[in-house]
Amino acid sequence: MQLVVLIKQTFDTEEKIELANGAVAEDGVKFIMNPYDEYALEEALRLREAHGGSVTVVSCGTDRATETLRTALAMGADEAVLIAQDGLPDDGSAVAAVLATAVRELKPDLVLAGLFAVDRGAGSIALQVAERLGLPSASAVLKLSVEDGGGAAGGQAASRASWGGGDGRIAVAERDTEWGVETVAIPLPALITAQQGLNEPRYPSLPGIMKAKRKPLRQLGAAELGLDAAALAPRTERASLLPPPARAAGRKLSGAPAEQAEQLAELLQREAKLF
Amino acid sequence: MTDTTVKALVYAECLDGKLRRVALEALGAARLLAGDGGSVHAVLVGGGPGAALQEAAAELAARGAGVVHVVDDPALAGFAPEAYAAAIGAAVAAAQPSIIVLGHTAAGRELAPRVAAGIGGGHVADVTAIEPGGDGGAAALLTRPLYAGKAFEQRRFLPGAPQVITVRPNNLPVAEPVAPGGEGWIAALPYQAPPLWTVVRGIARKAGGTVDLAEADVIVAGGRGVRSPEGFAPLAALAEVLGGAVGASRGACDAGYCDYALQIGQTGKTVTPKLYIACGISGAIQHLAGMSQSRVIVAINKDPEAPIFGVADYGIVGDLFEVVPLLTQRFRTLFNKTG
Repeated sequence: MQLVVLIKQTFDTEEKIELANGAVAEDGVKFIMNPYDEYALEEALRLREAHGGSVTVVSCGTDRATETLRTALAMGADEAVLIAQDGLPDDGSAVAAVLATAVRELKPDLVLAGLFAVDRGAGSIALQVAERLGLPSASAVLKLSVEDGGGAAGGQAASRASWGGGDGRIAVAERDTEWGVETVAIPLPALITAQQGLNEPRYPSLPGIMKAKRKPLRQLGAAELGLDAAALAPRTERASLLPPPARAAGRKLSGAPAEQAEQLAELLQREAKLF
Repeated sequence: MTDTTVKALVYAECLDGKLRRVALEALGAARLLAGDGGSVHAVLVGGGPGAALQEAAAELAARGAGVVHVVDDPALAGFAPEAYAAAIGAAVAAAQPSIIVLGHTAAGRELAPRVAAGIGGGHVADVTAIEPGGDGGAAALLTRPLYAGKAFEQRRFLPGAPQVITVRPNNLPVAEPVAPGGEGWIAALPYQAPPLWTVVRGIARKAGGTVDLAEADVIVAGGRGVRSPEGFAPLAALAEVLGGAVGASRGACDAGYCDYALQIGQTGKTVTPKLYIACGISGAIQHLAGMSQSRVIVAINKDPEAPIFGVADYGIVGDLFEVVPLLTQRFRTLFNKTG
């Protein structure tokens, strides 16, 4: 089974965000693999262990993202592709166009991505990739298995992926929604996004780290994917970057627990005008 | 202004046959973005009994949707994203909007990227505030959080790009009713379901009466200080009295005290309730990112130095197992008196 995992390098979630000169300061910041992408990668590695095949990780980022891709290779991915972010506009549609083109060439049976990246938090690009490639999708997946689909007996339409693929198999996914945990079946090739709780990602092993140094890591520019300016035209732009509204510490309530509870109820009603 | 072109289309999401509040917030956003001269359409999608959709349609029509397109088809009984995206596509074909607004919900997050990619548009996600562009042709400024609220950006669409926007629940005002006589009309929209990929095999519903975290007005959240799964019981009791939801910090989830679905923070959910009560949560930076935009924050913690007190409007240094039941009791008495 050909598995492709979309990966983004992000700030560590423990990092403070400092703004300087209209940008987020990156000096001395620790970068990590987006936590949700770690779940996606771990799941891909487990699927490869169960079904055979290979895992390719794909990222669009700066040169610094090679560190994160090496981590992915050390965890067990077979190959990595890094598409240079330099020269691309700051817009999700352009990134989705680039990733879709790179993924199409890999002819995957299943594409896995994180539910969202902890920096931008939009959760849009992976699903834009699915739409561009004609792939079914299941989002916020908590549990995943790949099964024999039994042909058309399930009454399910085939994926529209231009490369065929999937071998008549289906992905069965439990996903986190506001209406409950929903179990869905979708035909492969397909895309899933990983929700926290899907698995417990492994740490890279020492032999894994040694092996990763010799695994292929291809670096490409958007032009090498055959994308022209029109395909990469941005739809949106950032107008400004702002710190969060300041929040001052309030007051601590004194007295015995019962008095504190009474005061708080009173303050929430009268001062905060709640209830 | 006599511009009668359709400016905006709202995907009016229903949950359990009822219009969600975020659908009315999305309608409010669409009206703001369309301006006084532009018209706003809504699309209602479902495969349930028509009556439920008709009731929702009437509410949308009364709150400023000029036309409510109703797509009622058996293919839409379960949430197959491709079928729902096609229904929105049918409404886009009918209304020719330049702006499409959805809620940033499980369904909206799934549909908006597909709709955007399908029409060659951009997607600005998780919008928490809108500054309309005005008549001068300037683009509206859309505020959205970065790093779960450690910073914010304002984005705008570039000229000519179809605009897809998802709005975060609980942040924008709902659309106000229009003057009597100004109601929109309701029309069934012809729809041909695409070949279906998604088979919904089952849904394990959440426990009855549970309020969704993203839309909750009140959240009572627990951290490591709750010490066990059973430790969440007093928090759940307080949440119930206040009509709210229970949340958790990463520490509580990692310790196995509760499900990851409850996690609030930079990993997990970002929430903006009217009242957030943090119980036994120290306030790690990644948790603060997920909740510090709440309107009123209460912290209950044994450690007077806990960082959570730095963002709390009201702090109680004490044992949550002592304080929380007292609060529950206090509110129960108060509500019984007034209600």
